[in-house]
Amino acid sequence: MNPKSNPFAHQSSGARLAESAAFGLFRGATYFILLCATMIFGVIVVKGSGTVFKASPPFVNWTFLTASPETLYVFEFEGKKMELGDKAFREFKAARGLDEIEAESYAHSAGGIWPCITGTFWLVIGSMGIALFIGVSSAIFLSEYSQQGRMVELIRLAILNLAGVPSIVFGLFGLGLFVHFMPVVAGFDDPSTPSFPIGFGHWLNFSGWGICLASGWFTLAFMALPVVIAASEESLKAVPRGFREGSLALGATKWQAIRTNVLPYALPGMLTSSILGIARVAGETAPILFTAAYVMRDSAPGGGLLDFLGQGVMALPYHIYVISSKIPQNEFTERVQYGTALVFLGLVTAIAMTSILLRIRMRNRYRW
Amino acid sequence: MNATFETRMDTLPQAARGSQQGAPDTSDPMIEIDHLDFYYGANHALRDISLQIPGHQVTAFIGPSGCGKSTLLRCFNRMNDLIEGTRIGNGQIRIHGIDISDPAVDTIALRRQVGMVFQKSNPFPKSIYENIAYGLQIQGVRDRRRLDEVVEKSLRGAALWDEVKDRLHTSALGLSGGQQQRVCIARAIAVEPSIILMDEPCSALDPIATAKVEELIHELKKNYTIVIVTHNMQQAGRCSDMTAFFYLGQLIEMGKTEKIFTNPVQKQTEDYISGRFG
Repeated sequence: MNPKSNPFAHQSSGARLAESAAFGLFRGATYFILLCATMIFGVIVVKGSGTVFKASPPFVNWTFLTASPETLYVFEFEGKKMELGDKAFREFKAARGLDEIEAESYAHSAGGIWPCITGTFWLVIGSMGIALFIGVSSAIFLSEYSQQGRMVELIRLAILNLAGVPSIVFGLFGLGLFVHFMPVVAGFDDPSTPSFPIGFGHWLNFSGWGICLASGWFTLAFMALPVVIAASEESLKAVPRGFREGSLALGATKWQAIRTNVLPYALPGMLTSSILGIARVAGETAPILFTAAYVMRDSAPGGGLLDFLGQGVMALPYHIYVISSKIPQNEFTERVQYGTALVFLGLVTAIAMTSILLRIRMRNRYRW
Repeated sequence: MNATFETRMDTLPQAARGSQQGAPDTSDPMIEIDHLDFYYGANHALRDISLQIPGHQVTAFIGPSGCGKSTLLRCFNRMNDLIEGTRIGNGQIRIHGIDISDPAVDTIALRRQVGMVFQKSNPFPKSIYENIAYGLQIQGVRDRRRLDEVVEKSLRGAALWDEVKDRLHTSALGLSGGQQQRVCIARAIAVEPSIILMDEPCSALDPIATAKVEELIHELKKNYTIVIVTHNMQQAGRCSDMTAFFYLGQLIEMGKTEKIFTNPVQKQTEDYISGRFG
């Protein structure tokens, strides 16, 4: 066949050119995101690996993962350049009977980040528990019990607005409410705050909880609530109406119907989406800045329940903030910065992966 | 009325309760409706309906889509309470002589007496056993032996026992559509209601499964009063004793099924039955 006579032959036209250009642009934009992501992850992984891993067995720098932050001392001794953490430095001096050695000190640059890891862990666990309880409860109320009307619309709007509140504002809210105002039970009448006697020689003092885990938990939980509520309502809606009607028609109370034939099927979705949302919130620095985070703590939080709740903690995001902007920058702090960032990234990824695996597992269990 | 629905039930004569024992009493109407008006918001869905449904018989509600037959059915166990904006404007529904809109009536006790099978079969995504035992378990029955008994009896009652007795603990969702619908029927009779409402129970089933369910309906009327909504006129003809024809929210005609199908009084009924509209 003569190619000239082929009516379907390729022709270059304006429309074709415009299409190529448009798709080129879209492709470029997509690849640009990939490039940025690769760069962020690449830099952190490459630079952080030097701190978290090492070349000789056991290949993981356990000191960095399990020790508390220490001040690093860099000095010259008998012609050798030495780097020692605070404790080792003092032992070194004592062993040689030396009082003073001329040394440069770098804050937070030795030791490890164990208190930050545990601190972040406890912050995530506690806020997750609170956010799930309040969030799932209110989602059940909103979508199952409440009469759909203006009041519920208003509540939904409020929740939506909550999602738009900047994290630093949540931090300030937590500072005002939990750190400075929430009541504590004490064996004395605090004259500096409003207090009410509750009998048995105890008073309810509105002196605030202070900077502690409990304050951080509630602040983070409030921040995660919009995500948890939205995810929970979505999961509840996905449960077929027939399950509810079927149980109600058998003489179940509304709560029985929800508990036995709605919640079990909605829970997987609720949990996984919520965990994902909370993992995101766990990375926030601003909400814990004023409510829970300490620059320095020697050990992981512990003790009895009240002691535990009343303790401030170190946390990975706040630690990164401190060592990147609150102390002099140098090669030694940079190692800790990237190392901490890598561990943090790993932790958040692990939480997200857990939620995704959980979702796949539970999806397979409940199908209809 | 001070007594709850349930306590009133207990004081009723055995025959009137439509229990499995004793001679079925077909003379007393089981459900009486007096000048009922029903609204979805501003939509006047049922207009001045008055009818009586006899005990231990199958009563079919027929009529074109949107005529209000399902709405009326869902009034009997107050399922319409779940839909916002619905209300009874006027009139009364009495079951066993008790006005079910009375504030003293507990919907939970009512729904135990008035079971329902839905258009779309809705077994719970649990095992067959758990599906049947569910109604008793929510009443607090934990006795394993009693549950076993009821499960077997209900499945036999729903003509399903032989098909599923070896797989009671597998998911009910693994059953065929017709079997699933019979699980729903078994689930409804497990709580020993006196009335079973069926909302187009066969509309999603193939002819063979439909025949089985119809056979079952025929069997069930010995022990239960059955009200069935259907789109399928042959079905109404085959399995009902009484038929009520609805059109645009009104009851046009009600009578013995043979009479409705062979010699209806109203022209509209005749037009609908002969397929001239609907």
